[in-house]
Amino acid sequence: MDSILLQILNGLDKGSAYALIALGLTLIFGTLGVVNFAHGALFMIGAFCAVSLQRLLNLSFETIDETQKDFLGNPLKVKTPYVEAWFGPDVGAWIIDWAVPLALLIAIPIMLAVGYIMERGLIKHFYKRPHADQILVTFGLAIVLQEIVKYFFGANPIQTPPPDALNGVANIGAALGMDIVYPVWRIVYFCFATLIIGGIFAFLQFTTFGMVVRAGMADRETVGLLGINIDRRFTIMFGIAAAVAGLAGVMYGPINPPNYHMGMDFLVLSFVVVVVGGMGSLPGAVLAGFLLGILESFASTTWATTTIPGINQIIIYLVAIIVLLTRPRGLMGRKGVMED
Amino acid sequence: MTKSDVTRRGVLKTGAVAGAGVALPTIFTASSAAAYTNEPTGGSVTLGFNVPQTGPYAEEGNDELLAQQLAVEHLNGEGDGGCLNTFTSKALKGNGILGKKVEFVTGDTQTKSDAARASAKSMIEKDGAIMINGGSSSGVAVAVQGLCQEAGVIFMAGLTHANDTTGKDKKANGFRHFFNAYMSGAALAPVLAAEMGKERRAYHLTADYNWGWTQEESIVASTEAMGWETVNTVKTPLASTDFSSYIAPVLNSGADVLVLNHYGGNMVNSLTNAIQFGLLDKVVNNKDFKIVVPLYSELMAAGAGENIKGVLGSMNWNWQLQDEGTKAFVKSFGEKYGKPPSNSAQTCYAQVLLYADACERAGTFNPCGVVEALEGFEFDGLGNGPTLYRADDHQCFKDVLVVRGALNPTNAYDTLEIVEKTPVEQVTYAPDHPMFAGGDLGKCNPGA
Amino acid sequence: MFGLDKKDTSLLIVVALLTLLAPFILNPFPTDSGLAQFNAGYPDLMQRFIIFGIFAVGFNILFGLTGYLSFGHAAFLGVGSYSAVWMFKLLSYNILPAIALAVVVAGLFSLLIGYVSLRRSGIYFSILTLAFAQMSFALAYSVLSNPKFNLTNGETGLQVYNDDPQILQGANAPDLPHLFGLSMRSTYTMEVGPWAFDFNAGYYVCAVIMMIAFYLAIRIFRSPFGMMLRAVKSNQQRMNYTGLNTRPYTLAAFVISGMYAGLAGGLMAAMDPLAGAERMQWTASGEVVLMTILGGTGTLIGPVLGAGFIKYFENIFSKINDSVLHGWFAFLPDGLEDAVVTIIHPFVGKGWHLTLGILFMLVVIFLPGGLVEGGQRLAKWIRNRGKTEDKTSGKTEPAE
Repeated sequence: MDSILLQILNGLDKGSAYALIALGLTLIFGTLGVVNFAHGALFMIGAFCAVSLQRLLNLSFETIDETQKDFLGNPLKVKTPYVEAWFGPDVGAWIIDWAVPLALLIAIPIMLAVGYIMERGLIKHFYKRPHADQILVTFGLAIVLQEIVKYFFGANPIQTPPPDALNGVANIGAALGMDIVYPVWRIVYFCFATLIIGGIFAFLQFTTFGMVVRAGMADRETVGLLGINIDRRFTIMFGIAAAVAGLAGVMYGPINPPNYHMGMDFLVLSFVVVVVGGMGSLPGAVLAGFLLGILESFASTTWATTTIPGINQIIIYLVAIIVLLTRPRGLMGRKGVMED
Repeated sequence: MTKSDVTRRGVLKTGAVAGAGVALPTIFTASSAAAYTNEPTGGSVTLGFNVPQTGPYAEEGNDELLAQQLAVEHLNGEGDGGCLNTFTSKALKGNGILGKKVEFVTGDTQTKSDAARASAKSMIEKDGAIMINGGSSSGVAVAVQGLCQEAGVIFMAGLTHANDTTGKDKKANGFRHFFNAYMSGAALAPVLAAEMGKERRAYHLTADYNWGWTQEESIVASTEAMGWETVNTVKTPLASTDFSSYIAPVLNSGADVLVLNHYGGNMVNSLTNAIQFGLLDKVVNNKDFKIVVPLYSELMAAGAGENIKGVLGSMNWNWQLQDEGTKAFVKSFGEKYGKPPSNSAQTCYAQVLLYADACERAGTFNPCGVVEALEGFEFDGLGNGPTLYRADDHQCFKDVLVVRGALNPTNAYDTLEIVEKTPVEQVTYAPDHPMFAGGDLGKCNPGA
Repeated sequence: MFGLDKKDTSLLIVVALLTLLAPFILNPFPTDSGLAQFNAGYPDLMQRFIIFGIFAVGFNILFGLTGYLSFGHAAFLGVGSYSAVWMFKLLSYNILPAIALAVVVAGLFSLLIGYVSLRRSGIYFSILTLAFAQMSFALAYSVLSNPKFNLTNGETGLQVYNDDPQILQGANAPDLPHLFGLSMRSTYTMEVGPWAFDFNAGYYVCAVIMMIAFYLAIRIFRSPFGMMLRAVKSNQQRMNYTGLNTRPYTLAAFVISGMYAGLAGGLMAAMDPLAGAERMQWTASGEVVLMTILGGTGTLIGPVLGAGFIKYFENIFSKINDSVLHGWFAFLPDGLEDAVVTIIHPFVGKGWHLTLGILFMLVVIFLPGGLVEGGQRLAKWIRNRGKTEDKTSGKTEPAE
């Protein structure tokens, strides 16, 4: 029982990342009709916002300590971060400790700007081009972004630890009389994902802006004929989608250390999630994200792999095939979106 | 019809004159004066350095490349000479190899068998490389080793740890300086028993491909031999980035040791996840829970950061060793590049020197002569202590290091500390050991 | 000629000339000059140009004509390679049975996957093919290589070992892939002054097969069947309303392109007897998609150009390291030399991905029709300047 609950938690946690990326991806699909292969790269850039902030906060000046030696036997240079020098050791250390959550603050404007520039500078010119051209240009962009990050940060993963207060494990089963120990940061990640997803849905549901966007997703031309500048709103939606991916990346850093190709690792999976959820459906993407996350977790248990060898390798694709064959438009897809 | 894998350089330099005009595909039996593939006839000899420059192991490949460039400098008599001064064989004089200046070409393996073979072939066919050195995965090593055997050049594997490289996939033209999974097991087991006791229950997470399996097999065999029990062995897909669903079951399995048969990014993530789940803070069966990572590398340690503190593993070599060879190499590498070399860098550096030395001693670049000179060769002074290149399987035998993640590192480079230098006798095995059975070294192939 | 109209005949002749003379065309620089780094006329790369050209031409029959974007075609290539190596292991190193089996097995495999996947269209079809290919990759990489049932040899790749049966291998036959005794590796090097040109048996075997494959592709493009496929692309619904079942046509196209992929896979194994699982990964499937789009979707010659373009950068640019750069710019004063090298450094060697990414973007932004459109524009520009005799116009012949 405990272990089943534990795997559900794992699934929800994996699903959070899938759902957040798929949500942004489907916003771009659904609103702009663009196949964005650079979406994984946006997730990666988000994670590297956290890395950069961490590096920035750890910028240090050096003092030479004659009592210690470095690996070549020269006097060791001791580093003190500027932040600690300016704000005092305690506050400075606290700021450095909370680098990842603080990175959310800088990631929002950065990702909105990246999304805005991407849409205005590049994607805009590809609305009327075939999907194939969109794939080529966004894939090229993804490679370029990835290589730029690699150039500055190297290919090795970089640890972005969570704040000490949110590190470690919590026994969340205690209230139920069970022993379910789970990492605190993963719980934080799940709550964060729920919050963002809820926020996006509320935004689209309850604001005029959201209503117009939804109308535009359903029938772009009619909304345009009503004299509403739908393009502008779509640009903003692109920025929001980029920000969602970026924030997902920032918060993902403490779970698994970011590296420059993490976006590519998630790219194909998130496309599968979006399509299984159904094209043009936001709830479908979220549902599929969590569903695939949970199934993936269960497939990796010893019970599953001994019953069907190798099931943990193929589960996501197997589920995708079954879903697409039984439900022609995925779980909640709309008719006519990306079907030709 | 004879095999004639002659490249342009070989033909050009030997002056085999061919008539101009369009030749038909059916008359391609170039009878060349070259005695072997890419026989160097000018004033220089070309070595091929094939390392991952893109993809997840790019950083490691870069380190290997730096070491190989350093080795070329030392061979050509530039720089401070590095290990040339400490090497017990004194055949190398710092004037290139056999009087020819050493040049090199580089290629990108992308850590894919296909791409690695393509770049190795390009170096052999286009640039006239006479040997291929480097690499960062066993799959690539085996693939390129097979290619070099067919093409008739020498292959010195870089970082490859699977038993198969010098086991069922061994080839006469290939040599491995790196240690292997069996040696890791043999070296680790006594240290594990001493540190953790003989009554432990181990849980293995294993990367689901060839290298992972051989390592799991080796570690299970050597730990069980000293009384440990293996609770479970679980295979994880290579593409996994998150290991939570594999780590969570460990909590309630009754195991008190977790063995991570992962490498590179997989290992960084699985270790990070294991720490997240608080495994190291647990007490199971009245014992502190422990994690073991049988194969360590400096770059993995850097990627895993704080998480490796106290975690045991094994290594081929470490820059903190105190012998003369190590000191000389670390000094010249450190002064040139501003950081200490990694153990794969040392492997590639040593291999270039060994290859050059074997050519000098054999008096020829002919692969068969080089193979003969390297087989059964015993030496010291390259950093690994007394070392033997065994003739039966072309595996190198030397001391193996057991290391631990440092508890109080003073800088970015001493994240690992040496626990023990396991003597070579303890990690030596018979050439027909079951874990290495089934291969056939074959005969050396000079190509022409 | 061969049932082709004049334009197609000249296209075929141009392609034939280009492939036959490739050893000259691809080695324009003298061997000892600094620019020899850019020579691509060595056997391995020439073979790759051709093999990936075949792969992309086949892919284009499906994607270019019907508009169905398969993201799993690498699976067929991989299956073809595995079949071919198994033939080497069981029968002999003769490449004919190996290639034949590769095509047949890939055809059957694509029939199976196509039958299921073509029940959906658009992105749903793409994801179905992707899912099948990724499953094949995962199975080949680990599950099907377990010691009890080792079909693929996993990570290491399937190879021929000395103790394999090879029941038909003659005593004197070469110990490498061969065509009735003609080793695929045998190379004849022709020397003309400072130049050297490699004529490789394997390359010409590939080249002949490529010309046949290309000829068949032209015939398919021009046939009523090809017309039907184009109709599917332009409006499938209308086709269905007229009472016509389009599925058999698309399935036929799918299987044909799968067989082309299998042929490419078989040839790859024939040139280099090893089959690795990475050939089936989504990145490999994505690569052929990129090749086709980059070259020009729906054109005959485009995919071949795209394949050459990508393989050229992968194999040539990745080998330019700092010491090569310093060699080139040694004539500059020291400070300037270092500056130039520093500027170029991120784009070559380990940075070749970056260059490729930038070029993808540039091509798709400025040449919506792919490289073929670039060729057409160039040809037009040359014609407008009144230089119809220029040699390069042959290379840039419009495809359709």
